[in-house]
Amino acid sequence: MIGVELRKLFRRPRTWVTIAVLNALPVLVAVLLQLTDLAPRPGEGPPFLSAVLTNGALFPLAALAIVLPLFLPIAVAVVAGDAVAGEAQAGTLRYLLARPAGRTRLLLAKLVALMAFVLVTVLVVAAVGYVVGTTLFEAQPTGGTTSVSGTSLTQTELAGRSAMAIGYVTVSMLGVAAFGLFFSTLTDSPLAAALGALAVLVTSSLLFTLDAASPIAPYLPTRYWLAFVDLFRDPVLWRDVVRGLALQGVYVGVLLAAAWANFTTKDVTS
Amino acid sequence: MTPVIRTRGLVKRYGRLRAVDGIDLDVRAGDVYGFLGANGSGKTTTVRMLLGLVLPTAGEVELLGERMPRAGRRVLPRVGALVEGPAHHGHLSGRTNLSLIDAAGPGGSRRTRRARIEQVLEQVGLGGIDRRPVRAYSLGMRQRLGLAAALLRRPELLVLDEPTNGLDPQGITEIRELLLELNRGGTTVFLSSHLLAEVEQLCTRVGVLGRGRLVLQDELARLTAPTGATVVHTPEVTRVRAVLDGRVLGADGGRVVVRGADPAEVNARLVSAGVPVTGLALQRPTLEEVVLAAAGTSADRVEGPR
Repeated sequence: MIGVELRKLFRRPRTWVTIAVLNALPVLVAVLLQLTDLAPRPGEGPPFLSAVLTNGALFPLAALAIVLPLFLPIAVAVVAGDAVAGEAQAGTLRYLLARPAGRTRLLLAKLVALMAFVLVTVLVVAAVGYVVGTTLFEAQPTGGTTSVSGTSLTQTELAGRSAMAIGYVTVSMLGVAAFGLFFSTLTDSPLAAALGALAVLVTSSLLFTLDAASPIAPYLPTRYWLAFVDLFRDPVLWRDVVRGLALQGVYVGVLLAAAWANFTTKDVTS
Repeated sequence: MTPVIRTRGLVKRYGRLRAVDGIDLDVRAGDVYGFLGANGSGKTTTVRMLLGLVLPTAGEVELLGERMPRAGRRVLPRVGALVEGPAHHGHLSGRTNLSLIDAAGPGGSRRTRRARIEQVLEQVGLGGIDRRPVRAYSLGMRQRLGLAAALLRRPELLVLDEPTNGLDPQGITEIRELLLELNRGGTTVFLSSHLLAEVEQLCTRVGVLGRGRLVLQDELARLTAPTGATVVHTPEVTRVRAVLDGRVLGADGGRVVVRGADPAEVNARLVSAGVPVTGLALQRPTLEEVVLAAAGTSADRVEGPR
């Protein structure tokens, strides 16, 4: 069942088009930086971008930071919103359930496929970022990489922390995926489900900037998304990273339970 | 004989509307069961409840002797279904679609998958399809592919909703032959349709749904059994009345209905009296008359504001 969902997802041209489009923006930014040599000053613009000109190996992180606020969540929300509602709209859901795929198993398989999509997308963005970064910019300064705190990181440290950052971004996106999947079980329209998930994120980002909303700020799903920057401090500042992981864990757990409760008791009339 | 489909007091309520209102279906092994009803009479909702897609408000469904939807995982692999038209992934080929749906549930061995797919494609007349995506298929080809998906695991029961939809006359004949052949091989067929002619040609038993209730369920042969009257075609209606005094039940143009279940006897009397007879037959009600009579009584039973 999981294999079937993975095959469906990755044999779909749209999946790869989404991933390709997602990579276009960081590549464009890299090309512009290389041509103009005008990096944002430290502390301005997306994280890591200021350091990229001197160290191309940081570009995967810059690429992730570029797509993280908007493009990546949109891609994840579209694919997640399509998970169940897309099958309902195409009419294939009734045949899957009459096969029988089993409602819980189908939902689980959709979730695993979504997780695979998130992971592949994040990895591809990081990989393309690495290739672009190391070809367009200076590959590796001799003195090692400078951390956000100013101290020096060895190459192995950098690789390890980059891997952790990729993992952290993946977990953050799982929260988006859980919203999309939950809405996807509520409606037969994949568009509505994707927009629902995006509406949640827009609301969250907006409230985050509002002082009056500060009491609920720690519980907003987008609150700790950029905490992966803290992994590059010396020593690593774990506080927000851990909170971010816990918060996403709670969101994913609650939303999946709600999606399961709704989907397993629902009349499938599509 | 074991019932293949059996429902007891099956009810589905949507708010205040009773879409299905206490149905007791009884489909036996070897039947070709015609499930008739106007659009909106609750046919599709009933079919969906049989397959566990819609959960009943009240009542029980038994499929192949086991309770649905609880035993779905054991029972449904033995059932092939076509519900409200076929549905496939448009960007994938027909074969890939069949392979994916077969892999999506229990009861379809991976080892025999390829051979089974080729076999059912052959059966439904799609043996020569290439790798083009289903998106490029005609309506009739999609219908055939949907039927192929239903046949993939040699099911004991086929639940088909309007299976000849979108097919041309040759295609309809072909599919009818296929269904009859499968039935001879032991497959029970549950055919939901509003095409009376199709049901009359295929089915051995008939259930008629009217406004959510089963208004009729019987053998087709019994429903369309001779009425005990003979239909005589003659240009001289008045002379028939004179010869068969008191036995004429009705006359309509050159068609006279005469009491008596023996056309030979009626013919002999008329011919010996010199009345020309151009046609002679036992009177049988058509399925259409039966259905209209049954569904008609139910329709005025629940007359409401529209």
